Amino acid sequence: MSAAPPARIAVESLVYEVGRGAQAPRRILDDVSFGVAPGAVFTILGPSGSGKSTLLRCINRLIEPTAGSVSLDGEDAAGLPVQELRRRVGMVFQTAALFNGTVLDNVLYGPRLRAGAAGQRARAALAGSGPSGAGSMTDTRSRAGADRDLAAGLLRRVGLPADFGDKPVAELSGGEAQRVSLARALANEPEVLLLDEPTAALDPTASQVIEDLLMRLAADTDLTFVFVTHDLAQARRIGDHGLLLVDGQVVDHGPLPAFLDDPAAETTRLFVEGRLEASSAGREADDRAGRAADDARRAADDAAEPATRKEPSL
Amino acid sequence: MIAAQPFSFTSVAAALLLVGLALLLSWRQKLGVEKEMAWACIRAFVQLMAIGYVIHLILRTDRPIYVVLMVAAMLAFAAFTSARRARPLPGALLLTFVAIGGSTLVTLGLMLLLGIIPSGARYVIPIAGMIVGNSMNVASVTAVRLVEDARDRRPQIEAGLALGATPRQCTADLIRRSVRLAMVPVIDSTKTMGIVFLPGAMTGMILAGADPLQAVRLQIVVVFMLLAAVSLTATLVSYLGPGRLFTPQQQLRRLEA
Repeated sequence: MSAAPPARIAVESLVYEVGRGAQAPRRILDDVSFGVAPGAVFTILGPSGSGKSTLLRCINRLIEPTAGSVSLDGEDAAGLPVQELRRRVGMVFQTAALFNGTVLDNVLYGPRLRAGAAGQRARAALAGSGPSGAGSMTDTRSRAGADRDLAAGLLRRVGLPADFGDKPVAELSGGEAQRVSLARALANEPEVLLLDEPTAALDPTASQVIEDLLMRLAADTDLTFVFVTHDLAQARRIGDHGLLLVDGQVVDHGPLPAFLDDPAAETTRLFVEGRLEASSAGREADDRAGRAADDARRAADDAAEPATRKEPSL
Repeated sequence: MIAAQPFSFTSVAAALLLVGLALLLSWRQKLGVEKEMAWACIRAFVQLMAIGYVIHLILRTDRPIYVVLMVAAMLAFAAFTSARRARPLPGALLLTFVAIGGSTLVTLGLMLLLGIIPSGARYVIPIAGMIVGNSMNVASVTAVRLVEDARDRRPQIEAGLALGATPRQCTADLIRRSVRLAMVPVIDSTKTMGIVFLPGAMTGMILAGADPLQAVRLQIVVVFMLLAAVSLTATLVSYLGPGRLFTPQQQLRRLEA
């Protein structure tokens, strides 16, 4: 289903298995393929535990796929230096996962990594002690000024005032923290942004703010989005195309919201009617329970080593 | 007075009463460590008796090769013990061996080279024992801390990776914290040396009838030496450890408890 012109992201026959010792490997992703056109908003919809997060993590190689490939602009992602891949393919997680320190330290993390004294300053930011660069006074001052301008611009893009930069991250609300984490990802000027249920941990108001922000970014920039959600209503609102992932398999795909409004596959119909989770997992499709289960699953997935590794370990 | 002479077998047997007290306390408070405690005491008895004879023999022959073998054996046991703590790290044994061995080699080497201690077995073996033992503790604490922190801060570490940071960049604060924590007990005991407790080497010398002033000088040397040794150990673990938390593709590994 990848488009004829090179897709920005093309996932081909992706398989991810986890295996513990002698046990038979458990297949989390089973032969997943899809393509995302440049500038598109692609939504991956699926019940909790269907492998959505795992799929995203395979794309920026936070985990190693067992088989299959991911390409970025027609280039095999496995052939790219992993830092470059992750710079070009940003990610926003369900929890903001901010670093200790100020908003500024977080937003400028990526740019500082790539700046001259990158490591030093980023380490200082991570330790929460703030940047402490060497160099002449004016040098430091002009750099600090440039940093501030950059950060102010990024904060504005996520609807936060420029003076937010000096706030310690501990003082942020959930919605603010998620906006900072979005700004932190945007600071890297990625081509693709992976969004792993970025609103699932937020209250409805904050969730709406993030959704609006994403829609605006999608309209204003040529950034490509891959958006993961378990929320049917959200999937209808967000995304031009999408797919439905159930038990690690793509059961349906197509333009949104058309393929959900007029489901072709039986599984899609069940999911749309809210009967899939109840029937397959034997429990209510309760949002909270689903989220908790997804977290648990995610943790389990995170914790699992790939069943096979392409290269020997250290 | 139960014992006729100090530290006869009779007096050792009498000291078993103290073990009994510890066992009783554990049992009454349902700590569930009685078995482990008893086993530890048996091990301590057997190991110390054995080592007593070994050192006795080594001192009598005073051949350098035996001293080297003895230190190597201490190192191997220490590395193995520490590696069991650091188990979630792949290649933990190599890591602890290099960290403990490296710091022992450097500190002991310097002390011998500078003539701070004489090269006889009588000096080298107990001094090496102190270095290896303290390094082992610090290696364990540093490694355990590193693994636990990496587990707790997985979201932040992965957020860092996702922003294009290298494993070292996104574990920098973890590393610093684990080293600092491992060093705290040693720094504190150095600070309070002679006030809060009278350290082993000095106590031993005084018990053996040496001049307290000479005993104190030895202890000062020991304290300085241990500070250097544990700093070196913690630093080595923190240099060699973090890389092992990640796969070659810079993915944070699964770190099971």
